[in-house]
Amino acid sequence: MPEKSLLYELRDEDCQVIEEVAEKYQGGQGVLISALHEIQENVGFIPRVAQIKLAETLDISISEVYSVITFYSFFTLQPKGKYQIIVCNGTACYVKGANGILDKLKQELCINIGETTPDRLFSIEAVRCIGACGLGPVISINGEVYARVKPERIPVILADLTRREEKAG
Amino acid sequence: MELVELTIDGQEVRVEKGTTVLDAARSIGISIPTLCHYHGIDAIGACRLCLVDTGGRNLAASCVTVAEDGMEVKTNTPKVREARRTVLELILSAHPDDCLKCVRNRNCELQTLAENMGIREFTYEGEKPQFKQDDDNPAVIRDSEKCILCRRCVAVCQDVQTTRILFPQNRGFDTVVAPDRLAPLGETACIFCGQCINVCPVGAIVEKSYIADVWAALSDPEKHVVVQTAPATRISLGEEMGMIPGSIVTGQMVTALRRLGFDRIFDTNFAADLTIMEEGSELIHRINNDGPLPLITSCSPGWIKFCEHHYHDLLKNLSTCKSPQQMFGALAKTYYAEKMGIDPADIVVVSVMPCTAKKFEMMRPEMDDSDFQDVDYVLTTRELGRMLREAGIDFSALPVEDYDEPLGISTGAGEIFGATGGVMEAALRTAYELLTGEELPGLDFQAVRGLEGIKEAEVKVGDLTLRVAVAHSLGKSRQLLEKVRSGEKEYHFIEIMTCPGGCIGGGGQPIPTTDEIRKKRLAAVYTEDKNMPLRKSHDNPGVQKLYEEFLKKPLSDRSHRLLHTSYRERGKFE
Ligand code: SF4
Ligand code: SF4
Ligand code: SF4
Ligand code: FES
Ligand code: FES
Repeated sequence: MPEKSLLYELRDEDCQVIEEVAEKYQGGQGVLISALHEIQENVGFIPRVAQIKLAETLDISISEVYSVITFYSFFTLQPKGKYQIIVCNGTACYVKGANGILDKLKQELCINIGETTPDRLFSIEAVRCIGACGLGPVISINGEVYARVKPERIPVILADLTRREEKAG
Repeated sequence: MELVELTIDGQEVRVEKGTTVLDAARSIGISIPTLCHYHGIDAIGACRLCLVDTGGRNLAASCVTVAEDGMEVKTNTPKVREARRTVLELILSAHPDDCLKCVRNRNCELQTLAENMGIREFTYEGEKPQFKQDDDNPAVIRDSEKCILCRRCVAVCQDVQTTRILFPQNRGFDTVVAPDRLAPLGETACIFCGQCINVCPVGAIVEKSYIADVWAALSDPEKHVVVQTAPATRISLGEEMGMIPGSIVTGQMVTALRRLGFDRIFDTNFAADLTIMEEGSELIHRINNDGPLPLITSCSPGWIKFCEHHYHDLLKNLSTCKSPQQMFGALAKTYYAEKMGIDPADIVVVSVMPCTAKKFEMMRPEMDDSDFQDVDYVLTTRELGRMLREAGIDFSALPVEDYDEPLGISTGAGEIFGATGGVMEAALRTAYELLTGEELPGLDFQAVRGLEGIKEAEVKVGDLTLRVAVAHSLGKSRQLLEKVRSGEKEYHFIEIMTCPGGCIGGGGQPIPTTDEIRKKRLAAVYTEDKNMPLRKSHDNPGVQKLYEEFLKKPLSDRSHRLLHTSYRERGKFE
């Protein structure tokens, strides 16, 4: 796994959060997890610069910092996408061609399952049955369910969302 | 000393309060299988292989259970045997069945345990983790598929060396002992000391092998293949070949190398004597010219890389001398080539080293002052052992032969480079006489010998009181250097060795390497020193001749070009 957190540009406020958290916990004992929590909540993931910063200010090895991040599932090395695309890969949807949809998504967004696009707009996840088997194959984007999706529809859906973003500016 | 009394398998035993059940049992000859526990590092009780019955509801891990008064311990009941076997079988179920092609075949703790515990079939068919090998650097290969997650390497890397590269990453089935980012070692501040290799019970971390390249060079009629042997290999190769620790096999090693087909058998000790001439002169020069002091030794390549990552402010204090290995390489392809009338392009320089960091050192881009890569291949002591076994050489039956001239002449001062404190002692022997012009009264500087982590001494040299310090293992070195940095301590000269015990405990030495074994190797080093007719570097006639014929004098222009080097700043984390 290459270092994913490097893919995402940090906003000024992200850098500020990292500085503040590091300062707040400087020299503290057993504070790594709390510090990571604050960064995760405010930045949305634990960027590499934050890992380095905490290793330095808390005098913990960078390998241990990374260890803690990868041990607890609530810490992530990449932000969640603004649009979280969840593809159902349950039996019913699978039979109806969920894989084709996943492939199309990966191809269109150039990311893998569990990853987020560098502009932080989209992420893809695959889950087991979301309870809409009759409508399969289904995907859900930020809670909105799309029924009987065909791979050809994926670019249309994505284009819609991108346009919505552009309008919002 | 407060004692506690307990019984183990019906035998009464009295031990010091605080002793673990494991150690108490061992003290009366009862052996309990262990995997994660390792002498000299803190026990973490991770593997549960050392289970015993202490009368409680659950079996206890004996390596982390403290012996108590009146305890009744049973180490060999059906319940205990069954539980240990289950633990072992679960480990085996996630382990590849690769013994026949594994470097650690016949020297593997997991294999030995399976044999001792009578494993004859695999009960659990587990899913085996799949990981890519990390072999993207010149020295150390990690093969996580063989890792049994005992964390011994983590303790050594984090606590003993404080290089802090390895740590368990991820969780559950995906757990892997690896650097941050799961990066290859080559993209981290790993210094390639190989101490993780020495403590690994299995074949999950090994040195990158150059055996095939060396065989190829040896069978190439166009090549003139010379070999140099590091000081600490002659007192450890015997061990690799099945002799007891501390066996001195200098002459047998020379014979063995000759039989393997090397054209000339030379000695890194020659270059060690030369290092003393250069470094001793550098010390005197710095003392007479206001520093920078302390001068810090530069022969241990792991330490050099560590300094480049973590102590940028001390880079100016490093001696500019190359290590003996690299001095040798540069001379073999210039001085020796000229003398023999051989085209340096046809010379292949092989080193036998106790060290894995030497493999990294030989590949440093600046190590090409002969206009070729100065040293072509580094073999560890272990790798040479493998070659000898492959060649069918019966080591114990070998006659004793001598090194070749001119690069095989050496003194006791070169010999002790292999021990912590040795470079310091060798330097003192020479610096004293160069500075005062008088003969040194006693040659043995006991204060800098032994396994104490940090050693200090004051030596009267004429009107000057020379303050020196010696540290080995980078954890101890860090402690010493912090004091130097803060100004709490001031020295003229500091010796730093990357590995615990110095090169005798290097990452390329026979496995196992424990403190007990280190002591035996150290004793052998000083015996060798005592047995040498010459014990001071400046008395080495080969070195004297080299200066006459080629270098002129220490720190000459040519010395600077061939024997000295420079350093660079590297990032703290990558
Ligand atoms: S590490 Fe040990 S048990 Fe595993 S394959 Fe190698 S020799 Fe066999
Ligand atoms: S070679 Fe040394 S620094 Fe590198 S991982 Fe092993 S113990 Fe750590
Ligand atoms: S690499 Fe070796 S020493 Fe490190 S955890 Fe794995 S088995 Fe143990
Ligand atoms: S299988 Fe997809 S919704 Fe149930
Ligand atoms: S040796 Fe005791 S738990 Fe591993």
